Amino acid sequence: MSWTDVLDVAAAACLLAGCLLSLLAALGMIRFPDLLSRMHAATKPQVLGLVLVLVGLGLRLRDERTLGLLLLVVLFQFSTAPIASHMAGRAAFRAGQVDHDLLVTDELSETLESHEEPRGAP
Amino acid sequence: MSTVDETTQAPPPRRSRYRALQPANLAWLTVLWVALWGDLSVGNVVSGLLVAVAVCLVFPLPAVRMQLRLRPLALTRLTLKFFVDVVVSSVQVALLALRPRTVRNSVIEVNLRSDSDFVLTVVAEMTSLVPGSIVVEVRRSSHTLFLHVLDTDDLRAAESMRERTLELEQRVVAAFGAEHTLAHRRTGSVSAEEERR
Repeated sequence: MSWTDVLDVAAAACLLAGCLLSLLAALGMIRFPDLLSRMHAATKPQVLGLVLVLVGLGLRLRDERTLGLLLLVVLFQFSTAPIASHMAGRAAFRAGQVDHDLLVTDELSETLESHEEPRGAP
Repeated sequence: MSTVDETTQAPPPRRSRYRALQPANLAWLTVLWVALWGDLSVGNVVSGLLVAVAVCLVFPLPAVRMQLRLRPLALTRLTLKFFVDVVVSSVQVALLALRPRTVRNSVIEVNLRSDSDFVLTVVAEMTSLVPGSIVVEVRRSSHTLFLHVLDTDDLRAAESMRERTLELEQRVVAAFGAEHTLAHRRTGSVSAEEERR
């Protein structure tokens, strides 16, 4: 068994694990009760699933130019997924799309009305 | 990165468009452009630089005040812990999706000790990817994060999340060497904020 075979097997394992995580993330999107819990499913398993798929691709393609692109995709996924979930979660909170029965404690709603954030850049 | 003593010296009133052209930003955007084309040629670098200038002028961003002193060892620790956390949290959330009963969550307030915007940003990004939390609200004036925490059956679980976030902040501060910001806490940061106004 040559080293390319080893890399191919590792690539296959990464691709399968990535697909499984993405599938579970999709399942979480359906099964979790409210928007905020669903954002958890959309950020965490989905990001790692994508990273695993890309690692698998990198191991199979073994081309440094593609590797750079894959790294960029990972970088942007890591930096944009939290922002996307933050924007959706923030909007949901302000629009009242939060199921308070599901919350053990809620330290934001108490202060949301009275707080005024100063505006402007530093 | 250049350092400015923010308490004594007010920033000169320059036009934001001029400040938007920061060398680091231009370099990064150019590298990105070349990487996307996948070919290091003079034409690519020049066109990349032109696109970078255009992007910086059209979408100007304020300069982030930060005093970075990278500590390689602490940075390695932060990165390793982060990747372990990402894997753990992904598996946790994936397993939660399979569990029959519904989850109980909570929303908690975390007051960061550091008054650096950079630390606030990094911590907010990282908490969204590590176990059980996403950021639902950020207050820049007081450096407060509001986190939505998944699967907390009682108050104690929520409290431990607050501690974990503060520990993460410690690691970020240790890695990027902004330890002086730990000295003057909330009161100091607010008065500095008002002085600048």
